[in-house]
Amino acid sequence: MSAVHVSTNINGDDVEFVCRPDESLLDVLRDRLGMTGSKEGCGTGDCGACSVELDGRLVCSCLVMGAEVGGHKIETIEGMAQGDKLHPLQQKFLEHAALQCGICTPGFLVAARNLLERNNDPTETEVRYWLAGNLCRCTGYDKIVRAVLDTAKDMRKSAAKSSAKKPAAKKKAAPKKTAKKGARHAA
Amino acid sequence: MPLDANTPDLRTEFKSVGTRPNRPDGVDKVTGRARFGADFALPGQLTGLILRSPHAHAKIKSIDTSAAEALPGVKAVITYKDIPEQEGCDKDVLVNIMARGTALYDGHAVAAVAAVDASVARKALKLIKVDYKVLKHVTDVDEAMKPDAPVLHPGRFDPVDFSTLENAAHVSGKEERKTATPAHSNIAGRYVFGHGDPDKGFKQADVIVEHEFKTEATHQGYIEPHACTASVSSDGMAELWVCTQGPFMVRDVCASLLGMDVSRLRVTPSEIGGGFGGKTTVFIEPVALALSRKAGKPVKVVMSRSEVFRATGPTSSASMWVKIGAKKDGTFVAADAVLKYQGGAFPGSPVEMGAMCAFACYDLKNVRIVGYDVVTNRPKQAAYRAPGAPMSAFAVEGVIGEIADKLGMDAIDIRLKNAAKEGTVSSYGPTFGPVGLVETLEAAKAHKNYKVKLGKNQGRGVASGFWFNFAGNTCVSINLNVDGTLALALGTVDIGGSRASMCLMAAEELGISYEDVRAVIADTSSLGYNDISEGSRVTFSSGLATIKAVRDLKVRMCGRAAKIWGIPEDAVKWENGAAHPAGSNAGNFPPLSIKEIAAQASATGGPLAGHYEINAEGAGPSFATHVCDVEVDPDTGAMKVLRYLVVQDAGKAIHPSYVEGQFQGGAVQGIGWVLNEEYFYGKDGTLQNAGFLDYRVPVCSDVPMIDTVIVEVPNPGHPYGVRGVGETSIVPPLACVANAVSSAIGVRARTLPMSPPRVLAALEGVAASKA
Repeated sequence: MSAVHVSTNINGDDVEFVCRPDESLLDVLRDRLGMTGSKEGCGTGDCGACSVELDGRLVCSCLVMGAEVGGHKIETIEGMAQGDKLHPLQQKFLEHAALQCGICTPGFLVAARNLLERNNDPTETEVRYWLAGNLCRCTGYDKIVRAVLDTAKDMRKSAAKSSAKKPAAKKKAAPKKTAKKGARHAA
Repeated sequence: MPLDANTPDLRTEFKSVGTRPNRPDGVDKVTGRARFGADFALPGQLTGLILRSPHAHAKIKSIDTSAAEALPGVKAVITYKDIPEQEGCDKDVLVNIMARGTALYDGHAVAAVAAVDASVARKALKLIKVDYKVLKHVTDVDEAMKPDAPVLHPGRFDPVDFSTLENAAHVSGKEERKTATPAHSNIAGRYVFGHGDPDKGFKQADVIVEHEFKTEATHQGYIEPHACTASVSSDGMAELWVCTQGPFMVRDVCASLLGMDVSRLRVTPSEIGGGFGGKTTVFIEPVALALSRKAGKPVKVVMSRSEVFRATGPTSSASMWVKIGAKKDGTFVAADAVLKYQGGAFPGSPVEMGAMCAFACYDLKNVRIVGYDVVTNRPKQAAYRAPGAPMSAFAVEGVIGEIADKLGMDAIDIRLKNAAKEGTVSSYGPTFGPVGLVETLEAAKAHKNYKVKLGKNQGRGVASGFWFNFAGNTCVSINLNVDGTLALALGTVDIGGSRASMCLMAAEELGISYEDVRAVIADTSSLGYNDISEGSRVTFSSGLATIKAVRDLKVRMCGRAAKIWGIPEDAVKWENGAAHPAGSNAGNFPPLSIKEIAAQASATGGPLAGHYEINAEGAGPSFATHVCDVEVDPDTGAMKVLRYLVVQDAGKAIHPSYVEGQFQGGAVQGIGWVLNEEYFYGKDGTLQNAGFLDYRVPVCSDVPMIDTVIVEVPNPGHPYGVRGVGETSIVPPLACVANAVSSAIGVRARTLPMSPPRVLAALEGVAASKA
């Protein structure tokens, strides 16, 4: 197996790497690029601990081959906070004690952000079904769901404030980018 | 001197304790910076992989590793021969980490390789030739007790002859005699608890209910697979980075298995991605060390999810018989039980604890429990949250639910009538001190959930539960920094936010801000021996040691103030984060704050620190009562949990959010146990569902919000009244949900899990009997 050279973009930065054709995106992130924030809980797309966004679409990075991400945009947990400013979801997870051991937390945060980018007013049921692909064994999900709902509430408040100031502002954030053909790997 | 570090002092008013600050390790965990087991990497490290038996039971005739060794990039291949038996080591653990002559279960380690990368290591595994002779296997506990069952450890366990049991008077009748056979040799242990005379007691009963129950093995299901990185130098010095609940245990066990002095091995615990008891032993750690020793390079071993299911410890499956007799007014007059737990291929199923917990919630004059520890061709069981208790509670609380129904009594009232309280002689021996079962029952009865009107196909269940809580060996050090902040070194791994609780207790005791204390989990060379983070012991034991270490530090700081002021040490007291003259006779000095004392530490005698070491006792048991509402779809047998309430005694909740989190997490694990989770074995004895797709733990959309009530009946064994809370919460759910289903559709589930096909079959059975 000869290695493959890949040029991609991760968290807004252009990144180049080489990998074997049998390496998953998760392997590449963790073992080649030192981005160990995405976790491997199963390697089969069942636990969601490795969740990342690929061109705005939520995927399990363990089900994406490293060699096929050339030219795409990848968002991982490492890109969620801006400098020393936590993303509102990260802040709410802390305030709600929505983590115990913390191994599933990056995956939940990436998945929850993806939800709130599509829908900033989800019902509890919508949150629960959206996050059904992420396993947490510690919390019983209660505090995670509360943290996501509370974040959405704050986001709506601040969106209402800014739309009051700038009438032209959109009420709902649109999805970053629609998924390209073939981007659905988590089949 | 008003400060005596050894004087128990039950505090009831708090400033920091009971608040809900963000945890100190939180930012690292929400940004992906926290380093878990698989996140460590060393320069030049190799990838280690383990070859596992595809057979449930097989003689290993030969292992040929020559082709694997010849593969370019392979740096070491090991078998049991590379881990020779050391005098005094735990033979069962030794055999479990690497088969020696016989593979005892599907997934049993047989050989291991270390190679330059995972791709080469995978190829090397395929090149190892193992010649197996497949043997007959047994995976069911009742089957394993039969006389014609394949024997796992020939000659090891004395046969149990039920027909001539000398202490037959202490053994329950029906169930045991039914399975009676002349001799068994998969029975690794037999445990008997109880007092009074159940046979006489049953004669006073107006109603007697007895049934058989079965539960399947369930896995702890931590999301982080086992992972470690080992580095052994040619001089025998070794380091290990590992996700474990017990770094000191890992150090001592690995040293013993590999024939090393303990001082040669330093273990650094990583952040741990869940354990629930499953990370209280070693699996890959000695293998990684042996590989590194042979290869002369660091070796990282990370289990796959399938390996976690096949080769680490789930809990036991159980087969049980329970009989309870009651008077018309609901008073229990006698109770009897036989518990049979299989613990996989080695002795050590938690049947003893299951037996001790079975009737612990109740004040019984006549009670008897017999437990059998049975070996089968399954992976060696490991502790799982309140090991052994959820199964026996499932049977006992189910029988109690049926008695309440027969007597037309409220499910909480019948429990209140019989509840264990202070002074009750427990069914397993000790007399209870102050305990909170009655308080949990009363709070559950008063809760709004208990008053919600139920609709069609809906039902409500109630169950109570008990866990002992452990204490054990604990060391804590606290160091005063030059600026008056503090570094707190703990030896108990933080699984669910315990650092926050320790910082709160240290801040409370010193009268300073929570933010001024930083807690770290120390490596095994930096602190004395600490027992494993298990048995709900961390907040109790490390909390106790933290408070005592802080008191030690306060004595020293008062001494420095005395020196500065030129007054006797016992004329100084500590209050609100500062040293004060103890009274007007001591002199009129302005208080010296912790910052001022820290700044002058060097000039007044040197650095300041406090420490405390103890083999703690007095953990104080925690009781819980759960209430659950379910709705069953009579067409499919599918079930939805509508409402779930956990009421539990925490003694004193240090950080209430994380106490609630323990209640909620345990309840949902229990809901998984009762509804979905089970180990499926094929006819060939191999595990059929070694992945999260087929072994289905509850997902977010399976459960409702989990309501909680924290009851606080202070534990006199802890300065702040703390009881452990981590485990009790998984004890009641199995029976609680089963009782709710019974109330919804009139079907009593006595076999777990209550999967939709099973519920449907039971419903059809009821319909057929009515037709």
